[in-house]
Amino acid sequence: MSHFTSTHFFRVLLVLLVAAPWLGLGPYPLHLIIMSLLLGFIYTSWALMGRLGLVSLGHGAFLGIGAYAVVLLWNQYGLSPFLGTLVAVAVTVVLALIIGYPCFRFKIVGHYFALVTLALAEVVRLVIVAERDLTGGSLGLTPKPGIPEGETFSIWAMQSSTRVVWFYLILLCWLFALWVWRRVDHSMQRDALQAISEEEDAAASIGINVTRTKLQITVLSAVMTCLGGVLYAQYQLYINPETVSGIGISLQMVFGVIAGGMFVMLGPTFGAVFLLALQEILRVLIGNQVHGLDLLIYGALLVFFIIKMPKGILGTWLERRT
Amino acid sequence: MEFFDIFLVEAMLNGLLLGGLLALLSLGLNLIFGVIDVVWISYAELMMIGMYAIYWTHTMMGWPLYLAFIVGVGGVALLGAAMHWFIIRPVLSAEPINQLLVTGGVLFFLQAVATVVFGIDFKNIGIRLPSFMLGDISLSMARLIAFAVAMVAIAATYLFLNKTYAGTAIRAISQDRAIMPLMGVNPGRIYLLTSAVGGALAGLAACLLVLQYDIHPAIGLSFGPITFLVCVMGGLGNLIGGFVAAFIFAQLISVGGFVFAIEWGYVLAFVFFIAMMFIRPEGILTQRR
Repeated sequence: MSHFTSTHFFRVLLVLLVAAPWLGLGPYPLHLIIMSLLLGFIYTSWALMGRLGLVSLGHGAFLGIGAYAVVLLWNQYGLSPFLGTLVAVAVTVVLALIIGYPCFRFKIVGHYFALVTLALAEVVRLVIVAERDLTGGSLGLTPKPGIPEGETFSIWAMQSSTRVVWFYLILLCWLFALWVWRRVDHSMQRDALQAISEEEDAAASIGINVTRTKLQITVLSAVMTCLGGVLYAQYQLYINPETVSGIGISLQMVFGVIAGGMFVMLGPTFGAVFLLALQEILRVLIGNQVHGLDLLIYGALLVFFIIKMPKGILGTWLERRT
Repeated sequence: MEFFDIFLVEAMLNGLLLGGLLALLSLGLNLIFGVIDVVWISYAELMMIGMYAIYWTHTMMGWPLYLAFIVGVGGVALLGAAMHWFIIRPVLSAEPINQLLVTGGVLFFLQAVATVVFGIDFKNIGIRLPSFMLGDISLSMARLIAFAVAMVAIAATYLFLNKTYAGTAIRAISQDRAIMPLMGVNPGRIYLLTSAVGGALAGLAACLLVLQYDIHPAIGLSFGPITFLVCVMGGLGNLIGGFVAAFIFAQLISVGGFVFAIEWGYVLAFVFFIAMMFIRPEGILTQRR
């Protein structure tokens, strides 16, 4: 694993993570670690394109497609989530191309790109809400139980009643996302994308196929986000339109990445851990008596961080050290 | 369904009235964008705060409605200025994405403030204006008033921008940010003024909406996305384009919602928006370069 990063920090983290289920943490802390890794996976997928100037506010669309396609196919036709994932990925690729190609072809960038993708996220959320006979609308959807009597997990149904299985599956996915990050970082495309994000016309003039390069990274990022949606649905066993699609979750992804720092590999994951920890700490400190107080502090801190630390917590910290 | 269905005509009329409101909201947002070059994602949340301000002064404090409306407009104007001073000013030279996101943080913050103070229950100020019949078509008085007031406000803003010194300075800044300081215009002051005017327009929209809708912390989310899509489709910063786009959007929502189901009206509007971005990325009224 040493090719990920040469720092000791990462190795220690990895050893701790692999050992985590056996440290006697109890189910709830383990759940929080799983959620951190899962959100870390999703945020990292977003940051693949976000850090190169392709700021999408519409990744909720892909998350929602992953979550809903798989659960609907399982509930309606008994199709295994593994096969459902193939369908979800296919839909995601098509959608990413439909949105991405014209955007990049017609040079829709910056605010405009952000707002077009935001419209996409809303379209997916509204379609899910509108098709309430099928999707359950705003009430959400639960995958039908698929674990046979006496067993603790079913591969066919991609369900498991023990957290440990989920822990290792999601840990693997998270490592996969970091690997992809590294691969993109060390590829030709990375240099091309960097050039594009700085000066699009100049990049095109030295022979970079701007549209195709942008499309590749967009499709990659979208597909991984879609996989994140599948994992989320199968792990939580409950989805609703607000938590997996629309503006709220799309913005939250971006916030997580910005808070952590989108230019360092572990930044998005750090952002996920930070947001989750903040939520939990505020929940414990404030309790549920004053509804919304935790969100209030959360929002204020987000604003504060963006103003004071535009490179994110981890990004700023690493920068100060060097 | 016959083509000239009376309900279709009603849906189109309601679309026209909704268009007035959207035009008012998008005017404020567009003005701010045109001058300061920052999209306030939380713009509709300012309006939501305005609605609560009216509810608080009128229903809880018992002030007369016109005073409550003055508080609503004035309060949100101040809020707009404060938003600029405390949130936007520090990030004026930051990455555009950070400018966009910081207003997204304000969105969560304002929603949470409303939730903490007023809870998540639906509130209303207890005023329901009657509907009246125009032939076989039923029209809501509140919507008609909202439309008329919105049109007057848009005209007034137009006159302000074209006939006053401050308005001229605002337009000048939006045309050339770099040169105006050399001409003796203080951009900081113009930014603050523009934010206050934008806030006041959101406050006015709040006055019109409390007559039609219940108030709750998430009401901004029903108007916010639509508002900035209207602005983008009209060409960000293009006030007239935004005005036209507001009515096109409102028709799609209203008629689409009538023909299919209410959410499908919105889906139609969003899909239309995405398609238009590809056909005319600079906005519907801009000539393609």
